[in-house]
Amino acid sequence: MNIIVCVKQVPDPEAPPASFKIDSVTNKVIPPPGVPPVISPFDEQAVEAALRIKDAKGGKITVISLGVNLLRDVVKKPLSMGADELILLEDPAYVEGDSWTTAYALAMAIKKVGQFDLIICGRQAADTDAGQVGSALAEILGIPSITVAKKIEVNDSKIKVEKVTADGFDVIETAMPALVTVSNELGEPRYATIKGIMAAKRKEPIIWKPADIGADTAKLGATGKRMSMLKLFQPVKEAKCEMVTGENEEDAAANLAKKLVEAKLLS
Amino acid sequence: MAENKGIMILAEFLDGKLAPISKEILGAGSKLSKDLSEPLVAVLIGEGVNGIAPEAIAQGADVVYVVEDALLKDYRTDAYVVAVEKVAAQVNPRIILAGQTTMGRDLAPRLAFHLNSAVTMDCIDLAIEAGTKKLLMTKPVYGGNARAIFTSDVLPNVVTVRVKAMTALAPDGSRKGQVVTLAAGLDAAAIRTNVLQKVVQEVQGIKLEDASVVVSGGRGIGGPEGFKQIESLAKLLKGAMGASRPPCDSGWVPETKQVGLTGKIVSPDVYIAVAISGSSQHLAGCSGSKNIIAINRDAEANIFKEARFGVVGDWKKVVPALEAKLHELLGR
Repeated sequence: MNIIVCVKQVPDPEAPPASFKIDSVTNKVIPPPGVPPVISPFDEQAVEAALRIKDAKGGKITVISLGVNLLRDVVKKPLSMGADELILLEDPAYVEGDSWTTAYALAMAIKKVGQFDLIICGRQAADTDAGQVGSALAEILGIPSITVAKKIEVNDSKIKVEKVTADGFDVIETAMPALVTVSNELGEPRYATIKGIMAAKRKEPIIWKPADIGADTAKLGATGKRMSMLKLFQPVKEAKCEMVTGENEEDAAANLAKKLVEAKLLS
Repeated sequence: MAENKGIMILAEFLDGKLAPISKEILGAGSKLSKDLSEPLVAVLIGEGVNGIAPEAIAQGADVVYVVEDALLKDYRTDAYVVAVEKVAAQVNPRIILAGQTTMGRDLAPRLAFHLNSAVTMDCIDLAIEAGTKKLLMTKPVYGGNARAIFTSDVLPNVVTVRVKAMTALAPDGSRKGQVVTLAAGLDAAAIRTNVLQKVVQEVQGIKLEDASVVVSGGRGIGGPEGFKQIESLAKLLKGAMGASRPPCDSGWVPETKQVGLTGKIVSPDVYIAVAISGSSQHLAGCSGSKNIIAINRDAEANIFKEARFGVVGDWKKVVPALEAKLHELLGR
């Protein structure tokens, strides 16, 4: 059983909202000082999903990440959780693209890895919230995809996946090789173990440049992208909160009730 | 190849009618269709969906393509990609709109890349750039902390639209439109996934996404007991109960109640946030609400920045008093 998990390093989505700033000239987020990046939470759940399969069936987990300035302490986290191999597509040529260029590079890297039964991705990245790299990857590789999963069960050459729907879940089956994207309903990812952290420290990631994966550089990064971002901005908040007070908390609550009815918000 | 023209929407159904999101994207598509002077095409895919064509026309479609097949009864990625591809080959659309729903978020990206194009998910605003005819797509990014405006350099421009972000047209039964039936021509062997079971978990009361009033509790509620009071207030207001992520993670309320980036996205008329601090991840799920009312012990809590009315206080005192007074004022 060979599992590939794709993870992305993102600015910590749990950082306080007040620290979120955008440089309007470059259309980029200014990293909040003192808040290190993290593995995108859904991607961490993708690692957890892979580890659960490995716990049950054994196998090898290869993690791939694409970007620049990848902090080793951050991208090695899947190794410290129990993944076996880490491949970094770390080169300026890979970035400044879009979901398509990212999926193309990941697909080329996966082809170079060769043997795989299952690819697991997070349902969307916490920064771009694009929600499409998994599907793009499956399309490029010509394999079936099941998105927004909360459980993956492997039985011989097939997988049975619980896919989250608006009012519950669907149980979907497909043959491997296949790609699955996972959602938070999968449950909390495990903590790294001391043993895992020590092992991760000793393990050096494999770094592949575009030439290593035989990528057509015209299809990478800014030259290959199909989408353009015109503007990145913070929505202006027009709401100004009216603080409703009273002699005590109960009284303030009663005054709030009056306000809500007077403003015809409730009827 | 001929020029890409027109807007194609991928419809979904609820109880034998168009789903609300599909009326919303028809509304959005109709505006784009006027701005471009190009037709609006609705695509109905499924089994026994032919009868919905007049409703699609009444909601703004100029042409309706119906693709029916027993293999299309349940949504399955491969089958629907092939069905949409069939219609797209006939229509050659400039824009393809779907809802940001269970179907849309799975189908749209796979379809876009299958058509050698690109997709923008979860858009909340769409406009045509004068002159270039490019579609300007606005979507929340960074968990709702920011918004980005995208354009696509390739066509068809595939888009999913957030639920309740767009407005449906008032239905007009006098509108005329053309209905075209296409055979799906599906090869059962080429559909690589099977739906073994559909499990419905949430049936009681008003659905979170449909409620006009939502009362949500956060970490500060402290346990499952407290949520009974939140639910009681929601019931009085004929609304639905929700929660931020921590109460769901702690198992105080079912996961299906979660409002936020990692849960449901709601946009009710009134959203009452009780003991919720207002993390970005939670705001991503409720910032589309028309009025947010915040109750929190911490006067500095971020949620007050989003709220129209706020009360600083202990929810254990505020919520029962609020419920009692509303009970009196609303006469129920």
